Amino acid sequence: MAKQKRQEILRPVSNLFIASSVLAALLLNALPWEGIWLVLRPDFVAVVLLYWCTHKPHRLGIGLSWVVGILSDVNDASLFGQHALSYTVLAFGGIVLSRRIRMFDLREQTTQVFLILLATYSVYAVVHWQVNGQLAWSYFLGCLTSTLLWIPASSLFQSVRQLRVDRE
Amino acid sequence: MEGTQTFQVFNRGPSPAARLVFFAVLSLLLMFVDARFRYLESTRSLLSELVYPIQRLATLPNVLWQQTAGFFVSHQNLLEENKVLHRQHETDMAQLVQWQAMLHENQQLRTLLALQQRSQFNVQFAEIVYAERDVFRRKVLINKGSAANIQEGRVVMDDKGIVGQVTRVYPWLSEVTLITEKDHAVPVQVQRNGLRSIAFGSGDTSHLALRYMPVSADIVKGDVLVTSGVDGIYPPGIPVARVELIERDPAYPFARIVCKPLGGVDEHRFLMVLSTIPALPARPETMPPPAKQKAKGAH
Repeated sequence: MAKQKRQEILRPVSNLFIASSVLAALLLNALPWEGIWLVLRPDFVAVVLLYWCTHKPHRLGIGLSWVVGILSDVNDASLFGQHALSYTVLAFGGIVLSRRIRMFDLREQTTQVFLILLATYSVYAVVHWQVNGQLAWSYFLGCLTSTLLWIPASSLFQSVRQLRVDRE
Repeated sequence: MEGTQTFQVFNRGPSPAARLVFFAVLSLLLMFVDARFRYLESTRSLLSELVYPIQRLATLPNVLWQQTAGFFVSHQNLLEENKVLHRQHETDMAQLVQWQAMLHENQQLRTLLALQQRSQFNVQFAEIVYAERDVFRRKVLINKGSAANIQEGRVVMDDKGIVGQVTRVYPWLSEVTLITEKDHAVPVQVQRNGLRSIAFGSGDTSHLALRYMPVSADIVKGDVLVTSGVDGIYPPGIPVARVELIERDPAYPFARIVCKPLGGVDEHRFLMVLSTIPALPARPETMPPPAKQKAKGAH
């Protein structure tokens, strides 16, 4: 259980790190994506929020996720509360499943993460459906790519936190 | 330290489910208000101030790329644009020159019209269509011929003075011998004192010569020569030339007098052909014609 050991020596992350990662995710979401790339664009904010909700549920919870969701709404010019609602669902899923997810290794986490992200995207798509009268299936492609992003994203965060330990 | 949550249970606040419900309801409320009433635009604009740096930063790479690419691409573009503009400029210049020529032409036509109103005789307008390529033959072809009732011997002038004489008539064209044609003679008189003389062409478009004028003749530089009308071909009083140079050398019997034609002998495209000249009474047969009054030039 080398992984378990490594996890134990991870230092508590600073608020600055969390905030900057969320900001970076917002930035990536705000990049000028177009056409097929917009459809395939993973929701970076969702992945980052999910990471912190599963790994630091007491630092970044439902409330902060909601706030980030509101910011995303402004960023995306979507309906006020649309992202907020879906990120609330995301944070809830992440917090409820946090202990379980942390027990799995990265590959096994992916299936759990997929379900949470699916729920998140479903909420978003349902709101879109209710407002615009049509179900946008293309959102679910983004759900898949977001899930694929989980492994690189969480290993990146783990390694960054690792680095911080090594430096001491 | 997520593993040990025993004591944190108490200060964690509401359960995740309660938070979920709370925030979900809040979100739904927001969405409802936003979709139905649009009350939240000010809030949105306030928040967008917060998000603006992120958006700005996100579009920054693209902007930078555009600018950099623009910098390198624009050199080529500028060159091409320059070339295109040059070409355009040349075309425009050509058109401008044409326009100026037309402006002059128009002015000349207007002057001709005014002159026609003033003149006593009838006038036909003609346009120069060809000019002889031989530099020693000062002739032009105009676009009115016998079909337009042009006859040999008609006088051709422009708005300033005599230009020449019709010497050959074709159905649709006429040949005009310019007064500067070599040995073409125009009977003239000095406007100032009525002194009669004959102006001969010199073969050079810019000069006429008064021959056979005695050294003592009362003629000074700047005198205007007009047609005298003694030959019955040229109507009297039409300006012909202005005296430019007088050389009085006692070694020769005659003075050398050089004049400059007043009419635009080689300048314009539109000329007037004087149509009707009151015919002079027939010359007495017995009287040999003086050489002086031979008006038609040899050609």
